[in-house]
Amino acid sequence: MPMDWVMGLLGGLLIGSAAALYLLVNGRIMGASGIIGGLVDGSARHEWAERGALLAGLFIAPAALAFAMGGSETHLTGNWAVIIAAGLLVGIGTRIANGCTSGHGVCGISRLSLRGIVATVFYIGAGGLTVVIFKHVLGVI
Amino acid sequence: MRSLVSFMVGALFGLGLLISGMTDTTKVQGWLDIFGNWDPTLAFVMGGAIVPMAVAWWFTQGRKPVLAAQFPKPPEPRIGRNLVIGSTLFGMGWGLAGLCPGPVVASLSFSGIGGLGFFVAMLAGMLLAPYIRSWLDRPAAGVYG
Repeated sequence: MPMDWVMGLLGGLLIGSAAALYLLVNGRIMGASGIIGGLVDGSARHEWAERGALLAGLFIAPAALAFAMGGSETHLTGNWAVIIAAGLLVGIGTRIANGCTSGHGVCGISRLSLRGIVATVFYIGAGGLTVVIFKHVLGVI
Repeated sequence: MRSLVSFMVGALFGLGLLISGMTDTTKVQGWLDIFGNWDPTLAFVMGGAIVPMAVAWWFTQGRKPVLAAQFPKPPEPRIGRNLVIGSTLFGMGWGLAGLCPGPVVASLSFSGIGGLGFFVAMLAGMLLAPYIRSWLDRPAAGVYG
């Protein structure tokens, strides 16, 4: 089994354990877009401390590990039109759908939620089609 | 206390995203690139994450959370237009850049000015979303639209 797959599985187990801890202790769904979005649009302003603490951990821990490993790389495109369009689409889409890869994907599928499964089918389908069109047809990304 | 737990949850989540390679946009786009050099890593990440979470959901039956009054209720099992439209828009952005909300935050320390730009655009999108949602939910939709 390639090392990338093993690391994927190990990292996935950490992500799932984080979501399980949040559910069993705080009684909450670990959905990144909901946690950020509720702070941005003010709908969860009364929970700012709890949500802010989660986002702080989400930023600091990988920053420290990446630093200890001598840096990490996202290989993000340098095309600003793509960056802005993609960021807007991710922000708008996850809030309209009420969830992203962590909320609908990890937390939804694991409770066999039909909404989570349908959302995941549509975002993976749309993502796959987008990569095919913009990479192989148009050659933009 | 809840905030301390939240911090630990965020830290575990972020370490998992970095270790699994999900902060690397080429791995995410590699998963979506079924006609190119397909990379199945994301399936291992998803599978690995779903297992402990499925156990956690099973464990919630007949119990209460340690630091809360009750567990979140299951959402209404209705598959609405917003779920489909929103997920499609999200998927398009995810495919274009290879980033979704969790990894954007987890990679902010090393993703440079581009990562910060994506993060700001995403926050702007989240601010715009309620207006787009109310436009989608307008009463005339479906009759004229």
